[in-house]
Parts: sequence; structure tokens; C-alpha cells
Amino acid sequence: MVENVRELLKLHEGIKHEVYLDNENSSVVPIHVLNAMLPYYNKKAYGNPTLTHKPGWEAFTAIMESSQKISAFIGAQVLEEVTFVPGETEANNLALVGAALAARDKGKKIVISEIEPLSIMNVTTDLMKKYGYTTTKVPVNSEGILDLEKLKESIDKETVLVSVALVNNEIGVIQPIKEIVEIIKDKNPSTLFHTDASDAYGRVPFNVHNLRVDMATISSYKISGPRGVGALYTREGVNVEKILEGQIGTQKLWPGIENTPLIVGFTKASELMFDNFEANVNHMRTMRDKLVDGIFAKVGDVKFNGPKGDKRAPDNANISFLRCEGEALTIELSLSGVYVSSGSACSRRLLQPSHVLIAIGRRYSEAHGSILMKVTPYHTEEDITHVLTVLPTAVERIRKIVGSTGVD
Amino acid sequence: MSRTPLPYNPKVLDLFRNPKNLGKMEDATVMAVAGNPACGDMVTFFLKISDQEIIEKATFESYGCAANIATSSIVTEMIKGLTLKSAWEDITWTKVTAEVGGLPTIKFHCGVLAVGALKRAIRLFYEKKGTAPTWLPKDHTFEEKQALEEEELARRLSKRLNTGEEK
Repeated sequence: MVENVRELLKLHEGIKHEVYLDNENSSVVPIHVLNAMLPYYNKKAYGNPTLTHKPGWEAFTAIMESSQKISAFIGAQVLEEVTFVPGETEANNLALVGAALAARDKGKKIVISEIEPLSIMNVTTDLMKKYGYTTTKVPVNSEGILDLEKLKESIDKETVLVSVALVNNEIGVIQPIKEIVEIIKDKNPSTLFHTDASDAYGRVPFNVHNLRVDMATISSYKISGPRGVGALYTREGVNVEKILEGQIGTQKLWPGIENTPLIVGFTKASELMFDNFEANVNHMRTMRDKLVDGIFAKVGDVKFNGPKGDKRAPDNANISFLRCEGEALTIELSLSGVYVSSGSACSRRLLQPSHVLIAIGRRYSEAHGSILMKVTPYHTEEDITHVLTVLPTAVERIRKIVGSTGVD
Repeated sequence: MSRTPLPYNPKVLDLFRNPKNLGKMEDATVMAVAGNPACGDMVTFFLKISDQEIIEKATFESYGCAANIATSSIVTEMIKGLTLKSAWEDITWTKVTAEVGGLPTIKFHCGVLAVGALKRAIRLFYEKKGTAPTWLPKDHTFEEKQALEEEELARRLSKRLNTGEEK
């Protein structure tokens, strides 16, 4: 199988300009971040931060400094409120499973939105179901904004936890978190609120303390940091159980030896986002708008998924290309050096459309032709121009294969 | 469950990039569709059939992934010059899959669908003609059944979607 993939890669030889827009699924790590990480592998702080020697104490200091910086970026008040974990999936698992189990005597009901990322969706519908918890999914409107009336109705005295992502990972919709928290706490003050803020962090300003959220997930690679690290914020006093057991480290909620270089890299990537926050956001918005406007000007039969303007994160573009199958388009674009992902994934018999696009009322064929693109502060005008040169041709070729088949 | 990066082989990629016999045929004797956009794969075959019941020309359109495009393309090449009888008997999804050099398991159904559409076209030809040869079975073949099942699944999905709230 890997032979085939090698052959596929050979077809990409000679590509002169590459543009990576699949920042939903991984990212290019900028050199400043790599340079910040490198010494932590072999020059300093390579020890276990719980141990009594210089490399251990150095590691301890590095982790505490990182913790301090990230706390400041998200508005955490106490250092211990930030737990470094291997990523968004782990943070979401820790938040949902850990908080729900800790509150098991109060009830077994969880509430989420219909458009949560899969690390929320699958944890509640599969894992928590095994523990006897039930999950209510609150619908969203055509822009992806949570139905607050339905949210209110769904909470009762047995609801232990609500989780709604601050920014949706697929359509970039920004939820009214402040109102959501008020509704929840009014209805049941002991219900905990978690938000997956991975797609907000570094792009949409928020302050966990002011928003009164109990738990929040952030992830490194979503801001061009290294993969394999993220963090969970847990407000002081919120009861969360550990979900893994092992060697006790510096962090109460996550066992094992801390990954200092990754934590340092995550912090450096965060600094690069936050130190020039306004400029970065403006740049991303400009690049994203240029991309979207260009596509709408050059390609017909396209639909924009999710809200526009202030209700949307500045980096996110999600477009359905009608009469165009998504996977075929991703391959075609890859052969021209443009890397994106499609909203659908092939299962054994059927293409599974994105649950987010279906929840906002998109048809299956619209979901299958959807492409998700996320820009970063590191994309240039030239990158976007390149995409706009390549993409119309790619769509045209795939549409030629489609002809009038599948046009409904 | 796990996911792989869909390791398409070079032949599939080549057929995806340079599909043969692509497009609608204006003077087709018969055309048939299989699949549904909701399942992510849908293919149309256009056949030009001579009085001697020989496939003179076949073309296709595909709303589908690279695997569906490649298998449909190869089917149009494999059946050219065949009698309807041998096209019916010789072309199976396993043969088609082998002919494109193999497919990732989760893409088998894309090749099955291509053959399903071909068999449908042949059946349709005889339905229009009003006579059926003795070699044509009354019962659906594996590929035709699979196409029907996929379409049924898609219908059910769309129905579920349509009964949902208007947005």
C-alpha cells in the first residue's frame, strides 16, 4: 500500500508553489517555533520536571513559564488552571469524561450542540453512553448559531455538563458563549460548562474568566504550533477526575512525563499569534476574504457555508462546489500543489457527509462537494493568488467528468 | 476502525487524470444511471449498440471519487467491441478492480457501482426492445443489487434530511 502512496508522491515532483490550507487537520510549523523548541531536546531542560537535578529544574521552570504565558493569553487566574495534554482530543476527553464522572452523583445528562467536533461528539455518544450518560444535541440555525431556547429547554437538575465550541472548526461560526453560560447557570448553577476553544484561540479574542466558563480546550497545531500538545483550562474549584493513571508529574490532571519541547513550541506559537494579535487577525481576514471573493468571482455554482462577517472566525473558509465531488477535487488540487480537505469521508458504502454541514441544512451533495480552507498569518498574497489560479481549472476539470450526472 | 490516505495506485491516478471515453453521447442507443449524489457516487453509461448487438462505443460521466472515475473509464474500454452477451458475462466488479490494478477496500463499492450501471444499461436495452435473450437472468446480479442497495440507503438518508426542520 505504501508503494502506491510513494507513486502518488512522485506525481507531485516538480511542483513549484505549494500552499497548505488544510490547517484544520495539521499545520506547517514556522521556523521561529522550531528554533525555540530545539534547545529543549539537547541543550537545556531535557529532564523530568519533577526530579531533583538541573535539567529537571530547568524543565520545571520552562513549563511554569509556558503555563504563565498561556494563562495570560486565555485569562486564567491561577497557574494550576492550565493542564498541558497531548492535544485537542485528549483535552476534550479529559474535560467531558473527567468532569462528568466527578459529578456522577448529581446526574447523568450531558448537553452538546449538533455541530461539535468529533472529539466531543464521539466521546459523548460512544464513551459516555457506556458509562450510562445520555447526551442531548441542541440544534443550530442555518448559520450554525446555537438555538438558545432549545438549549434552555434541554437543561434540568440532572444536567451535569454542557459543551459548546466557542468557534466551530468547520464553518467558523462564533457562538454567543456569554449568553450560553448565563442560560446554563440560571437553569442549573451546578451544571458545568466546557468549550472547545481550539478554533478561537489566537484568532477570536476570549477570556475564560470573564466568560465564566468552567473548562476550555486549546490546541497547538491550530495556531501553527507543533502537533502533540494542547491544554485544558479548568477553573479553580471545578472538580475533574483524572482519566489516565501513571507516573505522577507536575500536573494534577495528567500523568506521565511532561513534553517540555512541545509545550515550549506551543507557547512560542501562541506568542507569535498574540504579540501581534490585531495585525495577525487583519492579515488572516484579508487573505481569507481574497480567497473567498476570488473563488466566487472565478467559479460558478458555489455556496458559502456558515456565517459571514463578525460571526465568523477570520481564518475559516468553507465552500461547497456544486456538481463537484470533494475527494476528487482534493486530489486534483494536490497535484497542483494546493492542499485542502473535503467535508466528507468515505466509509464502506456511503460517503459520510460532514455532520456540521447537514446540521446547518446543507444537502448531501452540497456537503460532498465542500472544501474547508484555513489561512494562517504565514500565508502570503502570492499563496492566495496561486490558489485562485489553480482552483478554477481543477473545478472545471472535475465538473467535466461529472457532466450532468448527479445534478439534482 | 482506522483511516488510510487512500493509497490509489498509479493506474487509477492515471485514469483519474486522463479518463477515456468521457462525456455524454448524443446518439446513444441506451443510457443508464447508478448511484445517487447522496452516497457520493453516481455514474451514467452511454452505449452505442449495433444491430448485431455489439457495443460499438461506450462513454460515461461520473459524479464520484477517483476510484469511481477510474473504474467507469476502464469499463468503457473493456466493453468496446464486445457483444452484449459477453459484456454481461465477462465484466464483473472483481475483473474491473483487477484491471485498474486494485482499489483500497473502502473503494470497492465504487467499482461495483460502475458495473451495476453497465448491467442496468444492457437490461434497459432489452426492455426497450421488448425481448430478452435466454442468457439474461431475471434476477439481479450482485452489482445491480449493490447499486439498488446504495440508492435505497441514499433515499433513506435524504428522506431523513427532508423531514428535518427547514433551514
